[in-house]
Amino acid sequence: MTRKQAVDTSSVTTHTETAPRGKPRKRRGVAWRSLLVPLLAIVTAFIISALVIVITDESVYVAFRDGIGRGIVQAFSVIGRAYWAFFTGAFGNPVQIVEAAFSGDANQIRRAVYPITETLRISTPYIFAGLAVALGFQGGLFNIGAEGQYFVGGLITVFVGYSITGLPQIIHLPLALLAGMVGGALWGAIPGYLKAKTGAHEVINTIMMNYVAYRLAEFLLDVGGPMARGDGRPVSPEIQPSAFLPQFFPNRVDLRVNAGIFLALGAAWVVWWLLYKTTLGFEIRTVGKNPDAARYAGISVPRIMVITMALSGALAGLSASTDILGVLHFMPNAFFSGYGFDAIALALLGNSHPAGVVLASLLFGAISAGARNMQGIAHVPIDITSILQGLIIVFVAAPEIIRMLYRMREPKESEELALAQG
Amino acid sequence: MPPVLELKGITKRFPGVLANDHIDLRLEEGHVLSLLGENGAGKSTLMNILYGLYDQDEGDVYIRGEKVVINAPNDAIRQGIGMVHQHFMLVPVLTVTENVMLGMESMKRAGFLDRETAAGRIREISDRYGLDVDPDAVIEDLPVGIQQRVEIIKLLYRNADILILDEPTAVLTPQEVDGLFEVIRSLIAQGKSVVFISHKLREVLEISDQIVVLRRGRVVGATTPDESNERDLAAMMVGRDVILSVPKTPREPEDVILSVKGLFVRGDQGKMAVDGISFEIRGGEILGVAGVQGNGQTELVEALTGLRSVEGGRIMIAGKDRANATPRTITEAGTAHIPEDRQRDGLVLDYSVADNLILNTYYLPPQAKGLVMQETAITERAEQLVAEYDVRTPGISTPAGNLSGGNQQKVIVARELSRPVHLIIASQPTRGLDVGSIEYIHSQVIRKRDGGAAVLVVSAELDEVMSLSDRIIVMFEGKIMGAVPADGATKAELGLLMAGVTSATTATTS
Repeated sequence: MTRKQAVDTSSVTTHTETAPRGKPRKRRGVAWRSLLVPLLAIVTAFIISALVIVITDESVYVAFRDGIGRGIVQAFSVIGRAYWAFFTGAFGNPVQIVEAAFSGDANQIRRAVYPITETLRISTPYIFAGLAVALGFQGGLFNIGAEGQYFVGGLITVFVGYSITGLPQIIHLPLALLAGMVGGALWGAIPGYLKAKTGAHEVINTIMMNYVAYRLAEFLLDVGGPMARGDGRPVSPEIQPSAFLPQFFPNRVDLRVNAGIFLALGAAWVVWWLLYKTTLGFEIRTVGKNPDAARYAGISVPRIMVITMALSGALAGLSASTDILGVLHFMPNAFFSGYGFDAIALALLGNSHPAGVVLASLLFGAISAGARNMQGIAHVPIDITSILQGLIIVFVAAPEIIRMLYRMREPKESEELALAQG
Repeated sequence: MPPVLELKGITKRFPGVLANDHIDLRLEEGHVLSLLGENGAGKSTLMNILYGLYDQDEGDVYIRGEKVVINAPNDAIRQGIGMVHQHFMLVPVLTVTENVMLGMESMKRAGFLDRETAAGRIREISDRYGLDVDPDAVIEDLPVGIQQRVEIIKLLYRNADILILDEPTAVLTPQEVDGLFEVIRSLIAQGKSVVFISHKLREVLEISDQIVVLRRGRVVGATTPDESNERDLAAMMVGRDVILSVPKTPREPEDVILSVKGLFVRGDQGKMAVDGISFEIRGGEILGVAGVQGNGQTELVEALTGLRSVEGGRIMIAGKDRANATPRTITEAGTAHIPEDRQRDGLVLDYSVADNLILNTYYLPPQAKGLVMQETAITERAEQLVAEYDVRTPGISTPAGNLSGGNQQKVIVARELSRPVHLIIASQPTRGLDVGSIEYIHSQVIRKRDGGAAVLVVSAELDEVMSLSDRIIVMFEGKIMGAVPADGATKAELGLLMAGVTSATTATTS
């Protein structure tokens, strides 16, 4: 009868129902349709941001003083310049890339591909953190603690990275990555256990665990702290080269893209496989969708809660590991990443599906890299990043707006699936 | 005079299914038109088209002879069409007045709600149609029957002339049904017209002026109560003669399979809901548990299936004590459980039919090898079970939530009875189902009993307990008031036991 309810809520009376949280369905038509709204959301966000760019640009006002025609031309040229800078900042200048490829000059190639390497580098921790939150959602748990799990994962990773010496990379690197997973898993499992045993809400407890993690990092890394460098700076020692995640261009400090992106894509595949192909994934999803039915089916709901939170935490921990082992090579105090919170947006944008999270992360990576270039070249404030990301999330979270804007027919989803109902 | 509502050639196609096939319908002013059909016959689709929730592919709607286009519920309301859904659309913490006002609030100056005027109108409507609803009552304090009247008031408040009632009696007690019929008669007397959707034959015969029977999306018959009877209607609805009570042959019981001794179970309020009861079920025997709801039956079933902890006593299943065992242990010991609330416990509505069919065996071969689930095996199993148990679904990947109640229950029955089980615990197995599904599920349970399984059936429907069981126990306030063989048991006798009159008393009086 739920179908009836779904239909009913769209009917006469009062409340507009929040769209039923979409599930990845196997049917192709539905998959295509589920991509349409996010795509239009992105397009719309760019259009509105363009307006913001125009109305904050002084040169447009100056041009309008000389006549409406000149003003309009100037407005479009400002937008064009800004978004061209954005595009080349995120993906590189296609002309330059082609030229570089033909020239065969290594330096020229590096310069040409630099933007896309930055996009990939920024996307890497996003993917891990987004997967962490998405996995929690699948299990019916709202992990707001990815940020804290990121911190603890980072602390243990960096400790293993600098304190152990003399190991070959093939052992040291996996060990350091594992350390990050263990740290994050531990930090996630604690609220998971509290929820399973006492019913304490994971939202509250993961937030509290975030603060514990911040203060723990402060204590360990502040000047004079147990993990601080001896030289009076509030940062950890440099990790051993044997724990470095290999960079693609090891001799260039500016090209920071590293093997982490492969790990991230691999992790997305593993999460997908786990969720949809294994019995554990079936258990996690069943608990997420209907804990009563899970209990009926003989699944130990508390056990699955702890496991889900631990896995979620492990992914958040890996987010920090790849950042530290691949890019920073140390861990600073007051290392406020924000990944853990962006991750919630990524999971939402990606519909809690691993593939969706990867696409959303690449988008966020591109926006960060592109906005930096837009500031450098077109002098558009970097805050445009927040505006873009914010608009995209609003539109994805409220698809009604997009449907209204583009006059899309209400997907009477219930309609096509109703069938067997009377 | 043209009919108040006329549908001509309404056709609605869903991918792979013709839900409504050129349906013609006429509702005369001041009449009750019953739309009778099994789940899946197309009743709700048709009414959802009329109400603007779906768009028809072909056909037209006429109101008082004029063609109208209804694209949204608001259009329907403007045309004087109102609908009471099976699940009420009320905000539990608000009052009757506030619920009725929602969506068309009348305002005083400065944007304050004008509750008094609205309450006055509600009182007037309530008096006029004999609804007996207090405008200031809070919804959650009201019984279901009164909540339904609030839904009706909502429609009358919006000046609806044509009221569609979608399975209105499914949620009501027999007394409340009588009350609803009085309300319907009073509406009719004052010139309203009603479309009454149901699959309950007795009710349809009692309240209707006209009866239209739908089957598989087509009108298969139109009649009146005077020209028809239950048997004819059932046959029309299902498309063949229906056995209203499934025949079963006597069977010699075998060894004891379930033995409950001195069982104590606490209810949610902490009181002893099951208060020291003992009984046995043998293989090849169906034990029915009768009783007014809330006398410990739910807790008994939950304790037997491991979903609720046992305070004392023993539950011997095939010779082993399973008191306080986990649900999985009990399932693996060969127990099937058809749960009371199929949508809460028995199914994951978002999951496909295929996944629901392996809900409690997903980890066993051939569905899984180690950690990895075997899609091919799962698909094959689902295809086979859907065919074997006659689950009407567009496909095995359709979410279970999109099936009708009867087909959802068939998914559960298929899952539970296709396993090798020797104990079946069925709680309200046919609640809310149509005749065809009830017949089918009863025959499946009896087939298992004939195969040597022990069966416990808990049902609020006395008819069901009496027709299905070999023996009947009656529960009252957590105790067994008496045990009687089903042969020769009378409703009067069971009714007394259900009311708590001891078997000793009945024994002396009979």
